[in-house]
Amino acid sequence: MLERRHPAPPKNREPIIRVRGVEVGFGERTILKGLDLDVYRGEILGFVGGSGQGKSVLTRAILGLVPKRAGTIEVLGRNLDELSPSERRQLERHWGVLFQQGALFSALTVKQNIQLPMREYLHLSDRLLDELAMLKIEMVGLNPDAADKLPSELSGGMIKRAALARALALDPEIVFLDEPTSGLDPIGAGEFDDLIATLQRTLGLTVFMVTHDLDSLYSVCDRIAALGEGRILAEGPIEAMLASDHPWLRSYFHGKRARAVMAGGAQG
Amino acid sequence: MAQGTLTQGPHMAIERTGEQTIVRLSGPWTAPHAEQVEILAGEIAAEADRFPLYLDLSGVERLDTLGAWTLDRARHELSARGQAAFAHASPEQKILLEEAAYRDFREEPKPRQSRAMDFLVDVGQSVAGAGKDLVGGVGFLGELVAALVRVVTHPRRFRGSAVINQLEQIAYRGVPIIVLISFLVGCIVSQQGIFQLVKFGATPFVIDLIGILVLRELGVLLTSIMVAGRSGSAFTAEIGSMKMREEIDALRVMGLDPIEVLIVPRILALIIGLPLLTFISSIAALVGGGLTTWVYGGISPDIFLERLRAAVGMNTFLVGLIKAPFMAVVIGIIATLEGLAVAGSAESLGRHVTSSVVKAIFMVIVLDGLFAMFFAAIRY
Repeated sequence: MLERRHPAPPKNREPIIRVRGVEVGFGERTILKGLDLDVYRGEILGFVGGSGQGKSVLTRAILGLVPKRAGTIEVLGRNLDELSPSERRQLERHWGVLFQQGALFSALTVKQNIQLPMREYLHLSDRLLDELAMLKIEMVGLNPDAADKLPSELSGGMIKRAALARALALDPEIVFLDEPTSGLDPIGAGEFDDLIATLQRTLGLTVFMVTHDLDSLYSVCDRIAALGEGRILAEGPIEAMLASDHPWLRSYFHGKRARAVMAGGAQG
Repeated sequence: MAQGTLTQGPHMAIERTGEQTIVRLSGPWTAPHAEQVEILAGEIAAEADRFPLYLDLSGVERLDTLGAWTLDRARHELSARGQAAFAHASPEQKILLEEAAYRDFREEPKPRQSRAMDFLVDVGQSVAGAGKDLVGGVGFLGELVAALVRVVTHPRRFRGSAVINQLEQIAYRGVPIIVLISFLVGCIVSQQGIFQLVKFGATPFVIDLIGILVLRELGVLLTSIMVAGRSGSAFTAEIGSMKMREEIDALRVMGLDPIEVLIVPRILALIIGLPLLTFISSIAALVGGGLTTWVYGGISPDIFLERLRAAVGMNTFLVGLIKAPFMAVVIGIIATLEGLAVAGSAESLGRHVTSSVVKAIFMVIVLDGLFAMFFAAIRY
């Protein structure tokens, strides 16, 4: 699974998310200073950066959970600031989000969690709702027994999977994954990566993945963007990252841990 | 020939040629068109009559898991009647159809028991639950006393600043609302007293009424109910959310006793704070009563005070105050027990906070009744 995937470069380089000059800050502190970023349709973008550099802040700004001070964000060709509330809700059906802690609704079972967005937006028979929820549960590699469990009864890895199943409930075009493989064992993390790659291939999904997992960066990401000093330090395929001589990128991709992953990749 | 409806959404056309059927599918078979996808898939299953049947995917613009599942389910249902297969699926669609291949998720329904049985089981479970509550409460009281003794014997383990902090939250910040409520209740009781007693020409006796009632019962009851609502709920929520986030376990593995760290300071603060608040509440109610007797009964404050001194003795005052620490212990134990019983979900937290307040108010009133009987028996 460490073998490098050779993605066909996106045929039509149509940006599905377009971030221009975004500035976000809290109080005196400015976190993002005029950040530009494009995410192209059908790609898996790995988003890396040191802790506290604002990876989650950018994700939350795109999702509209954090107000921005300046700049524009376009998703699916629509400027998010110009949307009416109902257009905004329409747009939100086209993305799914996997939060870092899962953010499953604690009072609902896994199946009910997955069915919640479907019930809200799709008008389907109960039988089909049940079947689709079970299908998603199987697709993310959960045991069918987990369907009727409450989030408090699940392990960390199972919570991630259940949350991914919920993010995929509406078959979205874009999925935002916030550290999807953190807290998973290496086998589980590998399966998770494969799952994301399969979904991207079959559904034409665009994946925006905040991650620190070098295995994921090597094996599934088509492109990587590195965040630092409030802007994008570098973006491009993993080779470009390895060739970059920015000190932070060098220590990130050439550190001890990175070398171990590369060595493992060469052997496997 | 059956036709799909909207041109924007998914579309299907059934062609029957000789012995076979070709179902031509086109348009997007995706979640945004979920309703039509489900209807059309049902139509395919209903209309097909000649086999072999081919589902031609060449015209399908987009397919997602919802579309793939629904189509494969239709194909599965048809194959019970004859040969049915997909045709012209692109490699991506094939992978997707494989991922979302139909399988039966339906479980055999659970055997239903009779309603009478369910009812009996419910009753039995609640009785057993109440019994467990009682045993748990007594056990917890024991743990608490043990922790208190440990604190007394090792005064260095006493967390003074925590107690002071809790005293501020429970007593100091509770003063305004308790004063306001007691004042108003004092006014209302004495006004009603005057209206009834004036018929017998016994207006001045309203001072006896208000003095004894407030000092013996009302002050402590009002304070306990307010504290159960204000601080009991806060304890349960604090301890419950700490339990949810494994903070209690973190204390335990550091070798700290959560009862000593979290609960002893809170209960000590309640035991100190509740009598103080009771005193303030009683005074506020007496002031309210005094003002009302002045306005409605024309009794001047001088006479009110003189008559009050004659009507109440030290014992009247002490009866109210003696009860306060007991109320504090009851409120504290119920609140912390409910907090520790919180399980993982937000709903469970809400349920336990509610039940903490309800149980605490109920127990405070029951305890007050027991005290009334006790003081009557010893003629105090």
